[in-house]
Amino acid sequence: MKLTLHVWRQNGPTDKGKLETIDAPNVSPDQSFLEMLDDVNQALAIEGKDVVAFDHDCREGICGMCSQVINGVPHGGQERTTVCQLHMRKFKDGDEIFIEPWKARAFPVIKDLVVDRNGLEKIMQAGGYTSCHTGGVADGNALPIGNPVAEYSMDAAECIGCGACVASCPNSSAMLFTGAKVAQLAVLPQGKVEAQRRVMAMTEAAKEFGFGNCSNHYECQASCPKGVDVKFIAKLNREYMKALVS
Amino acid sequence: MILDGKCPTGPIETSWDRHRFESKLVNPSNKRKYKVLCVGTGLAGGAAAASLGELGYQVEAFCYQDSARRAHSIAAQGGINAAKNYPNDGDSVYRLFYDTIKGGDFRAREADVWRLAQVSNNIIDQCVAQGVPFARDYAGYLDNRSFGGAQVSRTFYARGQTGQQLLLGAYSALSRQVKAGTVKLFERREMLDLVVVDGVAKGITCRNMVNGEIESYWGDAVILATGGYVNVFYLSTNAMGCSVTAAWKAARKGAYMANPCYTQIHPTCIPQSGEHQSKLTLMSESLRNDGRCWVPKKAEDCEKPAADIAETDRDYYLERKYPSFGNLAPRDIASRAAKEQCDDERGVGPGKRGVYLDFADSINRLGADTIAGRYGNLFEMYEKITDEDGYKQPMRIYPAPHYSMGGLWVDYNCMSNVPGLFVLGEANFSVHGANRLGASALMQGLADGYFVIPYTIAGYLATVKPGEVKDDHKAFKQSADEVKADIDKLLSINGTKTPSEFHRELGKIMWENVGMARSEESLNEALKLIPALRDEFWKNVKVVGTNEQFNQELENACRLADFFEFAEILTKDALNREESCGGHFRTEHQTDDGEAMRNDEDFCYVAAWEFKGAGVEPELHKEPLKFDNVKLAVRSYK
Repeated sequence: MKLTLHVWRQNGPTDKGKLETIDAPNVSPDQSFLEMLDDVNQALAIEGKDVVAFDHDCREGICGMCSQVINGVPHGGQERTTVCQLHMRKFKDGDEIFIEPWKARAFPVIKDLVVDRNGLEKIMQAGGYTSCHTGGVADGNALPIGNPVAEYSMDAAECIGCGACVASCPNSSAMLFTGAKVAQLAVLPQGKVEAQRRVMAMTEAAKEFGFGNCSNHYECQASCPKGVDVKFIAKLNREYMKALVS
Repeated sequence: MILDGKCPTGPIETSWDRHRFESKLVNPSNKRKYKVLCVGTGLAGGAAAASLGELGYQVEAFCYQDSARRAHSIAAQGGINAAKNYPNDGDSVYRLFYDTIKGGDFRAREADVWRLAQVSNNIIDQCVAQGVPFARDYAGYLDNRSFGGAQVSRTFYARGQTGQQLLLGAYSALSRQVKAGTVKLFERREMLDLVVVDGVAKGITCRNMVNGEIESYWGDAVILATGGYVNVFYLSTNAMGCSVTAAWKAARKGAYMANPCYTQIHPTCIPQSGEHQSKLTLMSESLRNDGRCWVPKKAEDCEKPAADIAETDRDYYLERKYPSFGNLAPRDIASRAAKEQCDDERGVGPGKRGVYLDFADSINRLGADTIAGRYGNLFEMYEKITDEDGYKQPMRIYPAPHYSMGGLWVDYNCMSNVPGLFVLGEANFSVHGANRLGASALMQGLADGYFVIPYTIAGYLATVKPGEVKDDHKAFKQSADEVKADIDKLLSINGTKTPSEFHRELGKIMWENVGMARSEESLNEALKLIPALRDEFWKNVKVVGTNEQFNQELENACRLADFFEFAEILTKDALNREESCGGHFRTEHQTDDGEAMRNDEDFCYVAAWEFKGAGVEPELHKEPLKFDNVKLAVRSYK
C-alpha cells in the first residue's frame, strides 16, 4: 500500500508546531500502525532528518504508552484498540492519514506526538489507593467478595491510563480515568473504608491540574481502548455526592 | 574465585525466619537519614520503593517510561503463584519450593527458593488489601487455575491481566508514598552509569530523556530492578524499551553477570508475520489449560486448512511425548517440542514456523462462552494481529524469547558483589535456575520488593554512615563526563546504518546461533560475528538529532551499544556450559530421544562473569550449588 501521512511536528513545548506531509510508500497490511511509523522513521533517519517522536513501549495494548490521534480519533477508531494494536489492513491503498498528539491543556506536547501526562499521576497520588502498609494485612480469603462485585471492580480496573478519554473529551475531562479508579476501590470492602476521602482528593486534584468536567458526550467511552464504561463516571458522581453530604 | 551466596545453614524450613532475626536493623528514627535509589518501577522496583518509603527511608525512584505504572510487568497475563492450598489439592510451601527447584532444572539456590515459596502467601494477602480485583468464585473466595510445570492449582489471576493489576497495586502503594513525601519519582530517566566510590555503590548517572541533561543522584544504597535482557534477540515479547543497559552499566563497574545463557523461550507466542515486525506478542500459557497443541502427522498436510486434516492425521505431540503433563509441560520443554515439529517440516502457517493451539475440544465440552470468559481478551488480541478467529480455527503459535533467568549475581540478601548494589526481580539471577515456571515471575518480583529487600537492605545500611558520599564527590562528575563522551561519540559517527538495522542484525545472529538450540559450532560462529558487527556499529552507526532533545534514536543507540558487549558474555556463558539444562539446550548434550542432559558433576554451579572490557576475555567465578533438601534428579514430565 501507498499512503500519505500528515504528521504533527513540534520541536518542544514552546514551538508552534505544524502538520508535515510524509509519504509511506511501501506499507504491508500485516504491519501494525507503529511498525508503519518505524519504517517511515527509518527512511527519515537514513536521509539524516529528524525522526517523528512518538511514545510506545509494550506494543501489545496494555502499557498505555502509545497516544496518537489518528484521523481525528484517539487510537484511530477501531473499537477497544490501542494504536499499537491497530493494523494497516484497516486502511486502504492511497489513503491520507492525519496523525496528531493527544490534545488537551493538561497534556503539553514534549515533541511531535509525545505529550506530558503527569496530570494523571497527580490524580492517582491524591488518593488512588487503599492506605494499607506492606505486611500485617488479613488473609486474602478473610473477606469474601461476591463474584459480581469482583467483576464490577475488575471492569473498572481495566483502565490502562493512556489518557485517550481526556484527549477525546471536548472538556478535557479525566472523569472516566478518575471514575474507574474510584469505582474499582469503592465497591470493595477494603476500599470502602476511605472511599469519601479518596473521591474528594482525586476530584480536587483533577480540577487543580487542568482537567475539565463531564458534560455527557461519552466520547471517552467510545475512544477507550479497554472499553471502560461511562457508568463509572456516574459512580464517581454518586460517590462524590455521598461524600459531600456526609 | 569461589563465590559465597551467604545462605543461612541449618533446617531450610526456618532459614528465612532465622536470617531475619539475625539481620541488623535500622532504628526507626535513623531510617529517614538514609537515601535509597531504586531504578525501575515494575513489580520488584515499585514494591521495593513503596515498602522502603513506608518504612521511613528517603527513596528516589526512576523509570524510563512516562509513568511508573507502565513498566513491563504490566504485560504478564496469566497469573501469580502462591502456596495457599485454597483448592485443597495438596499444595504446600514445600511443594511450591520443590516444583520451582525442579522446574529450574536444579540450577537455583535452595534457600532463595524456599524464601520465595514461604512469602508467596503474604503477597496474595497484600494484593487483596490493595484492592487488586482477583478472580473470585460465587461464594466470594479467591479462584485458582493451573499452570505449566505444576500438578496443583495454585495460580491466582485477574482475567488475562494479572501483571497489570498487580503492578497497579504496587503503583498505587508507590503513589501513596509520593504523596506522603517519602518517595520522589523521576520519570523519563534512563540510568546510564553506576557510580562506585572505593568499591561501594553510591549513586547513579541518568539521562533526562526529555531534555538530554546528564543528571547525578547519590544514595546510600542503589537498587536495580530493571528487568531482563531478551531484547538482545531483537524480536522478543519484551517491551521495546526493555534493555540490559542498567544491569550492564553495573557489570562494567564490577558487578558479576550470572548465568546469562539461561534465557526462556516462551511457547505460546503469535508467529512472526514478516520482516517488518518489531516485536512478538505473547499469549498467556494459561491457554494451554484448554488448548491442545498439534501439527499434521504428514508434511504434505501442512498447507491444508486445519479443518481439512482428519483427527487421525493430527499429532498431539505434547500429549504423546509427555502423557502425565501433556499440554502443561514446562515452557522450555513445550518450546523445544514445537521447534522439533517445525524442524521436522511439519510446521504450519507462513514460513511453516508455527504449530496449532486448538480449542475445539474445550469449546465442545464447555461452550464458547466459558472459553471466552477465561481467555476472551487473548482471542481478541490474536484476531487483531492475525485477522483469524481462534474460536473457529485453531490458533497458530510459535516460541519467542520472553524472559531471562540469568542476571546480575546476588547473594542471599539480594546484594551483588559490589557492596551497596542490590538487584531485584528479573534483573537478578537468583530463584528460577535454568528455567522459570509460569506465574513465578510476578511472584518473585513482588516477593523481592515487598518482603525481602525491606529486611535485607537494613542489614547493609546499618553498617554504613548515611550521606557519607554525596553528588559533590568527584566520582559523580567523572561518571557524568564519561556518559557524555559516549553519547557524543555515538552522535558524531554519522555512518550509514540506523540503530534499528544493527539491532535486527544482532538479533538474527543471536537467534540463529544462541537461540533455542546451541552447539559449540554455532556459538563459536556467534563469537566471530558479534565483535565484527560491534566494530561496524561503532564506525558506521547513524544517530540523527542531538542529545539536548527528546531523541529516541539516541536512546536506542545507547541501549544497543550495551547489548553488543553483553551478547558476547551471554554467548561465552553458553559455550562454557557444556550441558543442557532448562532453557539452555546444547545439541551435543541430549539423550537419544532428544531430552536435555544435565551434567551435575561438572556444572552444578552458578557461572558469574566478571567483565574486563569489550573484546577482553571475561573472568569466570563459580558459586557451587548444594542440594540438601531436594535430591538432584533427571527432570521428567512424562
